[in-house]
Amino acid sequence: MRRKQIVQPSDPAAVATVVMRLYVAGGAPNSVQAIANLEAICQQHLKGNYQLEIVDVFEQPLRALADGVIVTPSLTKLSPLPAAQVVGNLSDQSKVLLALGLQGKTP
Amino acid sequence: MNETKRVDPQPLAKIATGIEGFDDLSGGGLPRNRTTLVMGGPGSGKTVFSLQALVNAARQRGESGIFVAFEERGREIMANAATFDWGLPALAEKQLYILDAHLSPTVVQSGEFDLSGILAILKAKQEAMHAGWIVFDGIDVLLTLLRDPIVEMREIYRIRDWLADNELTAIITAKMDSQTSAVVNYGFMQFMVDCVIRFDRRLEYGVPAHRLQVTKYRGSDFASGEFPLSFGRSGIEVAAPEPPEIIHEASTERVSAGIERFDAMLGGGLFRGSSTLITGAPGTSKTTLIGKFAETACQRGERTLFVSFDEGADQIMRNLSSVGIDLQAHVRSGLLRMYSGRTEARSAEEHLIKLRALIRDHQPRCMVIDPLSAMAKAGGISAARAVANRLIHLMKDSKITVVISALIEGNDPQTEATDLQISTIADTWIHLSYLVCSGERNRALTIVKSRGTWHSNQVRELVLSEAGPMLTDVYSAGGEVLMGTLRWEKEAEENARQRQRQAEFEHKQRELEFAEADTRARIKALELDLQRQQAELALYTLDGEARVLSSSEREHELRRMRGADLVTRTEPAAIPSRGPVKPRDASGSGTRKKASQGE
Repeated sequence: MRRKQIVQPSDPAAVATVVMRLYVAGGAPNSVQAIANLEAICQQHLKGNYQLEIVDVFEQPLRALADGVIVTPSLTKLSPLPAAQVVGNLSDQSKVLLALGLQGKTP
Repeated sequence: MNETKRVDPQPLAKIATGIEGFDDLSGGGLPRNRTTLVMGGPGSGKTVFSLQALVNAARQRGESGIFVAFEERGREIMANAATFDWGLPALAEKQLYILDAHLSPTVVQSGEFDLSGILAILKAKQEAMHAGWIVFDGIDVLLTLLRDPIVEMREIYRIRDWLADNELTAIITAKMDSQTSAVVNYGFMQFMVDCVIRFDRRLEYGVPAHRLQVTKYRGSDFASGEFPLSFGRSGIEVAAPEPPEIIHEASTERVSAGIERFDAMLGGGLFRGSSTLITGAPGTSKTTLIGKFAETACQRGERTLFVSFDEGADQIMRNLSSVGIDLQAHVRSGLLRMYSGRTEARSAEEHLIKLRALIRDHQPRCMVIDPLSAMAKAGGISAARAVANRLIHLMKDSKITVVISALIEGNDPQTEATDLQISTIADTWIHLSYLVCSGERNRALTIVKSRGTWHSNQVRELVLSEAGPMLTDVYSAGGEVLMGTLRWEKEAEENARQRQRQAEFEHKQRELEFAEADTRARIKALELDLQRQQAELALYTLDGEARVLSSSEREHELRRMRGADLVTRTEPAAIPSRGPVKPRDASGSGTRKKASQGE
């Protein structure tokens, strides 16, 4: 249940690529939901201009520990700065957009 | 015949927390490989309790543990732990892992989350460190973010299942509103876990009082009351219940109280391991008596603990040295430990816990507390009473000979009987009082009671001098007890009278001796007279005889010389009559006359 680096080519001149990491707990319902919700957001708002790493805590627990993961699912925006963290199954889209700094960029 | 075999009940496996008192009241500690819920309001000691259990497990048995901090940051926990003697930084490297599970306030929440991720992380960590303990501290902080009681419950069950699968001894702490005394959303947690401990912090007479109560312990007995706890150097200490049965060994060994005549009044001293109460008004020399006992104990080479309240150790030693009691030397040699406690804003419980720790550290054979009544200053009398009782039993259990003073306002030991009611549990009760008489205030010592020994019923005067305290007899004259100068005067008067009586006696004796000698002399003189007179008499008699003899001899000689016939000397005829010799008839006629007259 690990998906890594869904990299989509983008227009580098227009917007900086958003680099994100999503920590999930195997096939836990919230985690499955989070992946689906995030993919939908990316499709809708980033138009492929993003980089997403999905880390399965069940498989890499000590890495998750080192990264300070407490609850799952948990999304971290690594760049561009400022960094942001969102926890939950990302069902509240507006909050996710706000945290990712994508508010107002909706077409 | 269906005979069922009787099976011995298997006691629940427990694991010691190493927390003073708690292991006693819970009958061995927490349930091993089970979950304990620790509830309480803010600042009631939940975090310290759970962290301390982990520290003790690591230090005493080398067991590893994980502390998941949901409420405080890891470094805050380390800073708080540094106030105790745990050496947490050293432990934190290997045996005690503190997971900072504090969710930053900048974290945005979008939708539901769960704990399956962190549990997976903890599982990996547990396996890596072979941890046997885990603490979820402040789990409510994280779960309330879910804002859905049903979801919260689901996560709690998730934790329970996870704990059961992993065979961990777990402590979950959760905040509890002390007013409603129920964890708002976690009531069901109490049913889920095997052991529930409630912590409480409240103000009693303006003094914060910490309490702990085990409200549930599946499959085990436990002391169900509320027990006071305090925070010491090693963390939490719980005042565990004393065993219901009193098992004190009664020694017949006597220990000197320091003053010879006092020992004599007690029938040879205090019993080893007994408790003595000295009551008295301020300034009746309670501290001096106590100091003398402590000094004497040190001189016997016995470890001694001197506990004073509201008076510094230096001041006490200085004051005692003025009456010839030297404690400094014994403090230097380490035999004597002085402890001065402040009683303001400290509950009696805290004092007890402190004294318990002192006894454990110093291992004294003799102990003094001056004055115990100060413990009742803050925190209410009923608590102080219970503490005083426990303290005396604690010292008896430890076979410590103890002398306690208690301040009493007023002068009658019967009416006051001490606020702390220690007079009933103390073995010996000495009362010091003042007698104010003719411009003087003098100290009187009486033994109110002394269990199991003969003791004097006499009042003695306690006299202080540079040579130390001593007891003297008092004079009772005309139904009044005389002390001080009056006693001295009485003594002087008595001495003078005695001397006078002696002189009079000697004088009379001499007089009688003279009289006797005189009489004897007179007897002697009379005897001499008598002898003289006897001798004279004898001489005289002899002379007389000689004269008679010589006259008869002379007559005889004369006759012989005249040539008369030798008639018997006795013939009176030879002697011539005085008148002229008358013829016979003449005399015959006279007779006849008479006869004729008769015819």
